[in-house]
Amino acid sequence: MNDVALTARQVRYTNRAFWRNPQAAFFTFAFPLMFLVIFTALFGGGTVIFHGLPFNQSTYYVAGMSAFAIVTACYTNLAISVTFQRDAGILKRTRGTPLPGYDYLAARVAHAIMMAVILVAICSAFGATFYHATIPGGIALLETFVVVLVGAGSFAALGLALTAVIPNADAAPAVVNATILPLLFVSGVFIPIGSNAPRWVDVLGKAFPVRHLVEAYLGAYYGKPFFDFSWSDVVVVALWGIGGLLFAARRFSWEPRH
Amino acid sequence: MGERVVEVRDLRKSYGELEAVRGISFNVDRGEVFAMLGPNGAGKTTTTEILEGYRTRGAGDVRVLGHDPAKRERALKERVGIVLQSTGIDPFLTVTETIEMYAGYYPSRRPTEEVIEVVGLTEKRATRVNKLSGGQQRRLDVAIALAGDPELLFLDEPTTGFDPGARRNAWEVVKNLIAIGKTVFLTTHFMDEAQYLADRVVVIADGLIVAEGPPASIAGREQMRTRIRFRLHDGAPDPGDRVHRLADGTHELQVEAGETTKTVHDLTGWALDHGLELEALEITLPTLEDVYLQLTGSEVGT
Repeated sequence: MNDVALTARQVRYTNRAFWRNPQAAFFTFAFPLMFLVIFTALFGGGTVIFHGLPFNQSTYYVAGMSAFAIVTACYTNLAISVTFQRDAGILKRTRGTPLPGYDYLAARVAHAIMMAVILVAICSAFGATFYHATIPGGIALLETFVVVLVGAGSFAALGLALTAVIPNADAAPAVVNATILPLLFVSGVFIPIGSNAPRWVDVLGKAFPVRHLVEAYLGAYYGKPFFDFSWSDVVVVALWGIGGLLFAARRFSWEPRH
Repeated sequence: MGERVVEVRDLRKSYGELEAVRGISFNVDRGEVFAMLGPNGAGKTTTTEILEGYRTRGAGDVRVLGHDPAKRERALKERVGIVLQSTGIDPFLTVTETIEMYAGYYPSRRPTEEVIEVVGLTEKRATRVNKLSGGQQRRLDVAIALAGDPELLFLDEPTTGFDPGARRNAWEVVKNLIAIGKTVFLTTHFMDEAQYLADRVVVIADGLIVAEGPPASIAGREQMRTRIRFRLHDGAPDPGDRVHRLADGTHELQVEAGETTKTVHDLTGWALDHGLELEALEITLPTLEDVYLQLTGSEVGT
């Protein structure tokens, strides 16, 4: 079998195991939707100002939770799950078979991207039904799709890179959350960063990829007059992803770290 | 002599200051069960993982099926099955799914049902891995290693942590592998395991090979003396100069190889002549354990 066929086959096994793991399936799938409902219930009635215009918060959260879903499925879930597999000796075993390591990891990444796409689709359907978040068409839909794919791929690469610094599976959730939760707060995922946001939040957020993912998503999904879609946000996210991939290529460990 | 499957020449490996392997050489021939026997920390796993391609060697020459394992070539991995010291299997797939997943990585493969049968998991084939006992997971380890129909199988301490019944079962699994013609490289710290399974044993201690040979004759085992022990009731006549009385009141007689039958004959004749019963009569051939303790004595139990 060639690499593509081997990877595709591995994705199927990854998917089967994923759905049988209640924790992984629950946290990856239920969290973004749960947060969407909670945030819109709490803050959905308000508006936030973008480009001097009031924008419905509940509609905003549909985009925020889509970005959150991408981060959860690709960065959080992949980093924790791959670290678990490393410490359980599954990666080491795989390394002893003819399956090339990059095929195995490509399958993990491809599966995470698939989950992200499904989650974003669910968030979008949910938003269109309950929160007046109309699903865009034409070019905007295509742009959204690119943002989701680039975002998912980049955060998956960052998730793999992070496993290289996670000492063991027990520490994985703590390390992952410590690296991502503060960013989610300053990047407009849980709290919209309107025109009146403090400057340091703005600067801090833009130094990291989550804010750019959110901006790119808002720009692609809702667009003008509230948001501007800029390819530069997509490029920044992609560059982070490439950086993650290079780091992972050098430092990824197939055996438990001692 | 058959085809060389594994060739190791003057292999060395250090971890920092610690010299784990200090220059060992051996060969494994096709169809042979080769056991590396030694206490924990002797260098068994280091050697095995160098042969498997997980570790790089410090110095020396290593060939596995004609390849240098350090290059991690796919062509080599397609011909080798590895059972690592600790198991690691996705907990959410079933036995059949797991074996099929791994089998798919190999160009040639054994039928899944057959592999499951060889390791005795037929009744558990639809069970998820996280519902298997430790012993069953270990057997699944072996099944996975067999899935690609390898020529050479590495078994690194396959029965450590097993209860005696599970060990017996595992041994039968290995015997089945031998029956289907696999070359097996086994490491163990159990003497009985090496004795039961191996065609040839090397004893490794402190990074060096201290003995090599078939289990029956390793390190002159067949030349070692047989021990005959028995008890006599009080007031029995003296059985002679060659018999020593031990502290616990048991009499012991040690004889050279080849004298056992005659000695036992003389002894029982003497007892019959005097109307005596040789209570708790025991004839002990030197065990592999005796040889092993003698060879690794300074390292064991420290």
